[in-house]
Amino acid sequence: MRARLVSLVAVVAVAIAVVWVWPAQVAGQAQSGQRPAARAAAARTLRTPEGYPDLQGLWNAATLTPLERPEPTKLVMTDTEAQAIEKTAEARRDRAARPSRGDRDAPPVGGDGSTGAAGNVGGYNNFWIDNGTTVITVDGQRRTSIVIDPANGRVPPVTTDAIRRGRGGLATPTSDAPEQVASGPRGAYDNPEQRPLAERCLLGFGSVSGPPALPVLYNNFKQIVQTKDHVMLLVEMNHDARVIPLNKPHAPAHVRKWMGDSVAHYEGDTLVIDTTNFTSKTRFRGSSESLHIVERLRRIDENTILYRFTVEDPGTWAQPWTGEYPWVAAEPDDRLYEYACHEGNYALGDILRGERLLEAEAEAVRKQVR
Amino acid sequence: MISAVAAAGAAAMIALYTLPAAGQAQAYRAPRASDGHPDLNGIWQANNEAHWDLEAHVARSALALRPGPYGPLPAKEVLYLGAVGSVPGGLGVVEGGEIPYKPDALKIRNENREKWVERDPEIKCYLPGVPRATYMPYPFQIFQSSKALFIAYEYAGAVRNIYLKDPGPAPVDSWMGQSVARWEGETLVIDATGFNDQTWFDRAGNHHSDKLHVVERYTRTGPDHISYEATIEDPNVFTKPWKISMPLYRRLERNAQLMEFKCVEFVEELLYGQWRKNPLPR
Repeated sequence: MRARLVSLVAVVAVAIAVVWVWPAQVAGQAQSGQRPAARAAAARTLRTPEGYPDLQGLWNAATLTPLERPEPTKLVMTDTEAQAIEKTAEARRDRAARPSRGDRDAPPVGGDGSTGAAGNVGGYNNFWIDNGTTVITVDGQRRTSIVIDPANGRVPPVTTDAIRRGRGGLATPTSDAPEQVASGPRGAYDNPEQRPLAERCLLGFGSVSGPPALPVLYNNFKQIVQTKDHVMLLVEMNHDARVIPLNKPHAPAHVRKWMGDSVAHYEGDTLVIDTTNFTSKTRFRGSSESLHIVERLRRIDENTILYRFTVEDPGTWAQPWTGEYPWVAAEPDDRLYEYACHEGNYALGDILRGERLLEAEAEAVRKQVR
Repeated sequence: MISAVAAAGAAAMIALYTLPAAGQAQAYRAPRASDGHPDLNGIWQANNEAHWDLEAHVARSALALRPGPYGPLPAKEVLYLGAVGSVPGGLGVVEGGEIPYKPDALKIRNENREKWVERDPEIKCYLPGVPRATYMPYPFQIFQSSKALFIAYEYAGAVRNIYLKDPGPAPVDSWMGQSVARWEGETLVIDATGFNDQTWFDRAGNHHSDKLHVVERYTRTGPDHISYEATIEDPNVFTKPWKISMPLYRRLERNAQLMEFKCVEFVEELLYGQWRKNPLPR
């Protein structure tokens, strides 16, 4: 339900910084009560009437852990390190939650030069920030990155082919792009097609819809419904329902979709979703149309799904890479609201119009100089 | 020979008498879903003219018209669509024939019709609202599990989670509203509230306010049919509640599936094309 504030600048940088500097409290959820083995056993017994592992409900994919690891050798952090990150985040939240001063001066025109929204003029306040309160815990380990393979916790370098593809000369949006960018490649404001997909309300930002679905600054809910022959996986932002048939072949190769064509099957306790047939406009981290994603969802305890994904696209990365992170059961009073993005998208038109105004002003100045 | 004809006649009479009356058609007992209720899972679609105009109407040349020397002609915005842009007639799906508008609301409806190109939210690929989503010319899929009920519509990728337990009044208004399900025997009843005032009921300007309250009834009447009814209440706009009804049909193609219809991309030229660096002629 949160509208977007697209015209403001560079939340991205903040989001990235924030992931590292900020804290949490949800961890307690998964840790309370039974011992891990008992909880895992309980999870094994959760089945739908059809006998499938039961993954249904509302899940929160928010986490403080970033996709990639800053220190290559260190997958696991100590509890103390984890708590420090979570405490820092909590402190930041508390600070930002203090009542604002009505008598303060207006921020300087154009912002104060910081990397906050539009140079910290007050774009995204605490209300917007909902990126989790904990670092991820998998197998009792506090993790430093979502990427687990390659072992250095980094997305493999892109191939020279992919770099060449990316050098079209014009801006070429990708599905993992942040919600908005302060500036972009040449021509980034010439046409709506060159704006980020999220700014155009085509997909949520940061590959939140995926696949692979990645955690973002806010609106991290997923809803899962399982029937005899389908899985429905709803991504909060932008109300994107992935309708996934069981045990069916993929759509014909020429049927291309923004989130790819997904088919699924169950392997024991795991739901395996296979996705191909992406559009050439999806371009997850610069991927090609041959992008192939395998997602594996497994209930590891009553409150947690472990979401694991493998990304494969030989034209973009020399090797496949894999990440995993938990989706935690939403709190009983959590609600998923309608994310009607396009219906309120005044920003995209204004962003383009603003650029045309700047061009007109520059032209007027040029004429005067002559 | 004569006796053969007489026998055939008698058989026909008997057949006439044993055909189920309309009300009895609901005696069909649908297979159960995993929640124990009639199974509504599947891909469904209306097949009628309700999305053009809920009320009875004859065919006309276009949705947007302008005066011509011998009567209305297609407006310039839609002229080039020719027969593709014309409106097929329909006998209407409103019980009693007419929507019981209050006088001021009827004026707005008629204005909406005149300014259809500017005003119909479907043109801008906005979320369709309820009940319009049901009878748009696109399929939708019902997901009914032991724990949840969810409807995904092809048009604009609209979705509705149908609460099985009433969470109380909707905390915010929305395009698709808040839906709560209950079962009355063989019928799924969905109570939908919490709407904004931005959606329409059809391409004919039929509208509502944010006091809209829709009660939908879904009843399986055969292996591949649902009887759909919606009672519409809005004290700001109508003098009394009114009802529409229609059959919904299962999409029987062996490879039937919801296709992607992200029309947001399709309307970018309409909504933002004028702000391109090099705009196309408009």
